[in-house]
Amino acid sequence: MAASASPPAASAVRAPVAAATQWSLAVRALRAWLTNYRRTWQGSIYSSVLNPLLYLGAMGLGLGALVDAHGQGRLGGVSYLAYLAPGLLAAAAMQTAMGESTYPILGSIKWLKTYQAAVASPLRPADLFHGHLLFTTLRLIMNSSIFLVVMAAFGAPRSYWVLAAVPVAVLTGLAFAAPIEAWAVTRTKDQSFAVIFRFGMIPLFLFSGTFFPIAQLPAWIRPVAYATPLWHGVALCRALSLGTADLAGALVHVAYLAVFAAAGIAVGRRTYRRRLYV
Amino acid sequence: MSDPPGSVAGVCAPDVLIHARGLAKSFGGAVAVDGIDFDLRRGEAFGFLGPNGAGKSSTMRMIGCVSPPSSGELTIFGMDPVADGATIRARLGVVPQEDTLDVELTVRENLLIYGRYFGLPRDVISARTARLLDFVQLSDRANDQVEPLSGGMKRRLTIARSLINEPEILLLDEPTTGLDPQARHVVWDRLFRLKRRGVTLVLTTHYMDEAEQLCDRLVVMDRGKIAAEGSPRDLIGQYSTPEVLELRFDPAEHEQAGEKLADAPADRMEILADRILLYVLNGDRALATVRSLGLEPLTSLVRRSTLEDVFLRLTGRRLED
Repeated sequence: MAASASPPAASAVRAPVAAATQWSLAVRALRAWLTNYRRTWQGSIYSSVLNPLLYLGAMGLGLGALVDAHGQGRLGGVSYLAYLAPGLLAAAAMQTAMGESTYPILGSIKWLKTYQAAVASPLRPADLFHGHLLFTTLRLIMNSSIFLVVMAAFGAPRSYWVLAAVPVAVLTGLAFAAPIEAWAVTRTKDQSFAVIFRFGMIPLFLFSGTFFPIAQLPAWIRPVAYATPLWHGVALCRALSLGTADLAGALVHVAYLAVFAAAGIAVGRRTYRRRLYV
Repeated sequence: MSDPPGSVAGVCAPDVLIHARGLAKSFGGAVAVDGIDFDLRRGEAFGFLGPNGAGKSSTMRMIGCVSPPSSGELTIFGMDPVADGATIRARLGVVPQEDTLDVELTVRENLLIYGRYFGLPRDVISARTARLLDFVQLSDRANDQVEPLSGGMKRRLTIARSLINEPEILLLDEPTTGLDPQARHVVWDRLFRLKRRGVTLVLTTHYMDEAEQLCDRLVVMDRGKIAAEGSPRDLIGQYSTPEVLELRFDPAEHEQAGEKLADAPADRMEILADRILLYVLNGDRALATVRSLGLEPLTSLVRRSTLEDVFLRLTGRRLED
């Protein structure tokens, strides 16, 4: 009752406190995901290791031997494995991000309704959104680090700068996770996800410079490839792994990815609210 | 808010926990809650009784600060549900109409996660978990997954979960809908114990027996509006007679019997599809009168008036249709 007696003073001192609790509220939501993850982490680690192992083995070594036999000029004078591995690191981050930001979100709203349970607590829709993005970030750090270890085991990196490719891959993942999650929360059926996996993720995976230079594409479609966040992630991860990165280029790539992530966060706060506060 | 600022303190008298005036909610063009007034005092068990679609759940969601009111005034603990939602929700417990448990986790993990949402430390959560699972008779299932539990057990777990933050007000939306009679009685018993401990209960129901058993005071809701308010006994006293004579005739004679009974000395008569209800002071005497009119019902039943009769009187419809 004391608070309602002097509302202006109370709201004046509330702002910094609210900023502090916003983090702690997001962490509460994150911990729910972690408790859940405890049941499935082992299986997820297997696929995190197996995925780079299979791709680098088949494409990097197998296909790479054929590619390298034709000369490495168009790849900038490096082996196909060295060219491919950092691209796959970024592409794998996109896949992790898309997996985390689609079905689990619809599950929490529609199948388990745990989001409805959570908003009855002090957590707000935005806290749930932030909490899940934190969880996605942890998953991206995990998968990208494992990927890097496998890459190193294959001898793919050409520079110690490859260590910086992990945070870049994480940012690439977030450039997808935030906008897709912002959209996923508005869905009522999971069929929409199959559509973006088929017509979004797979074309991006194939045509964003992961497997071959964009220069190989017809000129008219190149701007499309340059506009996708994945290309920026691939290009920067590759430049870091090959040791050819320059500061200006890196900043452009990072800024481009950050804009996607930030826009997704801004929109997601609204879509979460609209879906959960009816 | 229509009240001048000076009256806020009066409105939020310490024992008034929820205060609503002209509270309304619409979705697009559809009006779910159409301007309702009520006050809830500390320690009360307060009910919203009405059929499906009466606006009960929408009202509960507004009180639960997860649905901004479309218009009108609503304060909970003297605070605004939109501006202070998180602070208010920290002091509420919510048992939603549909189970929202994480069925892939164990009973204990569900309480752990929920306790964390309220920022409770782990040791507090585990102490409360032990106590609450004992209270809802689920101690032996603490480490079991939720999925295979029965509907009644899930409901009890949801109740335990809603109490993890030791709420001042417990909101229950249709707490026993979908449960078998035995499971309902277990839930009622636990809710009754909570009420005895002084927890303020707000519940919605379309079961008149639930409302009569649990509510000190209730409002009858119909089509988004409050049709009447009072204690179950007051409402029955005000809107019905002490006794009801239920008569069942051969379907061929049903209509004709209704016409004849129009002259019977009853306060009121309701002709339902399968029965005729006579609202009277004394059922046995009324039955004798019916027989003296030359009518012989197939079956007859004299019973006390219930909230169902109140609802029928107020709305012309039955609760559980």
